[in-house]
Amino acid sequence: MEEKNSFVREVAEKKYEYGFTTDVETDIIEKGLSEDVVRLISRKKGEPDWLLEFRLNAYRYWLTLEQPTWGHLKMPDIDYQAISYYADPTRKGQGAGGKGQEGEKEIDPELMKTFDKLGIPLEERMALAGTAVDAVMDSVSVKTTFREKLKEKGIIFCSISEAVREHPDLVREYLGSVVPYRDNYFAALNSAVFSDGSFVYIPKGVRCPMELSTYFRINARGTGQFERTLIVCDDDAYVSYLEGCTAPMRDENQLHAAIVEIVVKERAEVKYSTVQNWYPGDSEGKGGVLNLVTKRGHLRGRDSRLSWTQVETGSAITWKYPSCVLSGDGSQAEFYSVAVTNNFQQADTGTKMIHLGKNTRSTIISKGISAGRSQNAYRGLVKVAPTADGARNYSSCDSLLLGSHCGAHTFPYMDVHNETAVVEHEATTSKISEDQLFYLNQRGINTEEAVSLIVNGYAKEVINKLPMEFAVEAQKLLGVSLEGSVG
Amino acid sequence: MKQYLDFYDEVRDVIAARSCREMNDEREKALQTFASQGFPSKKTERYRYADVEADFAPNYGIQLAQLGGTLPPHCFRIAEAEPRVRALYNKVADTADSIVALNTMLSVDTLVVHVPGTRVEHPIQISNILKGEQDTMVCRRILIVMDKLAEADIIITDRAASQSRFLTNQVIEVVMDEGSHLSLYEVEETHLLCTRYSSVFVRQGANCSLHHSSLTLFNGHTRNRIDVQLQGQGSEVTLGGCIIADKMQHVDNNTLIEHLVPNCLSRELYKYVLDDSAVGAFAGKVLVHEGAQKTSSQETNANLLATRTARMYTQPMLEIYADDVKCSHGSTVGQMDEAALFYMRQRGIDEREARLLLKAAFITEVIENIPLESLRDRLHVLVDKRLRGELSKCEGCKLCK
Repeated sequence: MEEKNSFVREVAEKKYEYGFTTDVETDIIEKGLSEDVVRLISRKKGEPDWLLEFRLNAYRYWLTLEQPTWGHLKMPDIDYQAISYYADPTRKGQGAGGKGQEGEKEIDPELMKTFDKLGIPLEERMALAGTAVDAVMDSVSVKTTFREKLKEKGIIFCSISEAVREHPDLVREYLGSVVPYRDNYFAALNSAVFSDGSFVYIPKGVRCPMELSTYFRINARGTGQFERTLIVCDDDAYVSYLEGCTAPMRDENQLHAAIVEIVVKERAEVKYSTVQNWYPGDSEGKGGVLNLVTKRGHLRGRDSRLSWTQVETGSAITWKYPSCVLSGDGSQAEFYSVAVTNNFQQADTGTKMIHLGKNTRSTIISKGISAGRSQNAYRGLVKVAPTADGARNYSSCDSLLLGSHCGAHTFPYMDVHNETAVVEHEATTSKISEDQLFYLNQRGINTEEAVSLIVNGYAKEVINKLPMEFAVEAQKLLGVSLEGSVG
Repeated sequence: MKQYLDFYDEVRDVIAARSCREMNDEREKALQTFASQGFPSKKTERYRYADVEADFAPNYGIQLAQLGGTLPPHCFRIAEAEPRVRALYNKVADTADSIVALNTMLSVDTLVVHVPGTRVEHPIQISNILKGEQDTMVCRRILIVMDKLAEADIIITDRAASQSRFLTNQVIEVVMDEGSHLSLYEVEETHLLCTRYSSVFVRQGANCSLHHSSLTLFNGHTRNRIDVQLQGQGSEVTLGGCIIADKMQHVDNNTLIEHLVPNCLSRELYKYVLDDSAVGAFAGKVLVHEGAQKTSSQETNANLLATRTARMYTQPMLEIYADDVKCSHGSTVGQMDEAALFYMRQRGIDEREARLLLKAAFITEVIENIPLESLRDRLHVLVDKRLRGELSKCEGCKLCK
């Protein structure tokens, strides 16, 4: 386990694979944030008055807030006036108004190439992958595939701007109902300037026949991405949703402040999986995406289920807590997470499980892996309200340290206000044990491979929860982000 | 807050005259800290679960007496202690903390326990008896200095002998030199109108061992803080806590163990039994600094909630900057095992007794960890009495009924 081995250097110098930029003409609005900008975004998207009102309320509320500092993070100062809040690569600088969404054939070939390069099957010919995709570049949803097939089942899967136009009642009913704009600083910011994202509605009793997937990419320089995802799963319905993200390599920090809202009704089930691979900055800790996201699911119905699975390997700073509000009796929530940090990356991530309904259950499995000079923190809250009789929580968070300059931290909060609740938490922090390495070495497996084997085995519990295609990608990512740093 | 500043202004000369140079030298800085920070709010992470402002709001008379009477062996008034020992005053405490600053500002005398390099056969017991017709605030200051290879058991008890309101603000500083062993026990048996703020700061040298138990059997509002710094290799620390609370009691334990050097061991076990509308809080942090390799640390907090209205907040934290370590923490909140209750009922044990047995069994683990046998035996009796509601403090008092 000496730092000398060549493998270390080789992988440490391995480039971020998705760090290219695409040369498409992009309509970017002036940098800066003001009420006019909020109005402009709204006008560009041709939004109804109620939505503009929502944005303006959010913006005015945001002005009264200060950026929180409680995270175990060293945040660079964010100049909110130096960011452009809207960048549209499909518009080719034709200005506001316009029809926008209709043109599947009009997509810039460069854009198609980008998504091809990323391995995102936008073309029907890649239908073998069997996943419906909504691709979002910068601020605009580029294309959504498999729409017709989903429509037959009554499933709505489209960009949120389109949903605002075509299903205004649905959007109006649910937007902000899980994450209100007053929730936190970044949620208020997002509510004011959110540009695009996905909208999913699964009607009663429908089992979505394929995985739905969104692919986010930040492309343009000096922009932030503020997407908003809203998933509504009606009674007895089921959907599995995947989210992936990449960004080009840039010296400056790029801001990503998204909101994901999920509504789960009676006996419905939602699986939400994320493979987050935003650009993590270079080995000196320069640049990288600031991933400040609010994700929350509301389990409204009796016996509803929601599971979050996340593999976090990218971003200079990850600060997010995909959470569940378990208000339906007998609802169940799960959180599976692998967070990998290397070089100068920082992560403060975890979950909140808020038990309100009777006999609600939640499980938290979190695996942190830190290497290089990174800091990796798990922070989680398990709250059992006086109404949550028979609530049950099991949390387990393990940290693995690779290298003597990194940090692994655990901050679990448990607030229990009900005597019938059973809440358990356990955590361990350790390095890869010499015994395990020795055992593998003995059997002719060299140290590098042995480490990779052990790390993969360690993360397996979470990766197994991912849908197949994603699991393969996640495993590869783990390899790239991690093995190099084994000292 | 203003009342304390005004009060200090009034009595500053009286305090200075009754006190000694080492203590007086620290007062101005403490005043500045306290005046600029005020009482910590709930936004201060380490005071998240305490309502400091409210606890200090009542109009207390403040006791400004020197230590009197004959002191037991190895115990001194600060003015009579060796100069090198006196010089350690306020050197270990967290001077940036405003509760500590308030204590430094108002303390008149310090009890010094100085153990030379020998083993002290009999435990040293320090009894604090709160007595008086008026509501009183007590600023208590203790400095424990363990010389090389010293060994001692120290028991500090808090009792209240009258039904007035009492507020205790206690600061204990402990300096342990190489190879010393200290067992420090704090037993609190007061009443519902008592508020206790205790801050214990320990600095451990090489090959030292410290056992600290905090036993809250009866109280009103209690906040105990203990910070341990492991500064020498080969040291170990064991923190234990046994908390039994009911009615409107509030118990908050806040611990920090800092591993600054390699090869140290820390263990922590806190158990709470909460009944009625009691509120319990536990926040424990183990901080392993960069380079503190081969650290082994284990932190456990287990809690039993007996009623719907009892509340527990728990927060076992790890902050680790070294890779060759073995750290774990566990925390549970649960209720009594129905199967065990059923088993006992089946055998003719009535429900009340069965529940009591379960609670006692739950808490026993902490008491069994106590190395001092006589105290262990005494505590078993006290806990049993406490769980039956027979603890002497409760008998004659009209408050709890």
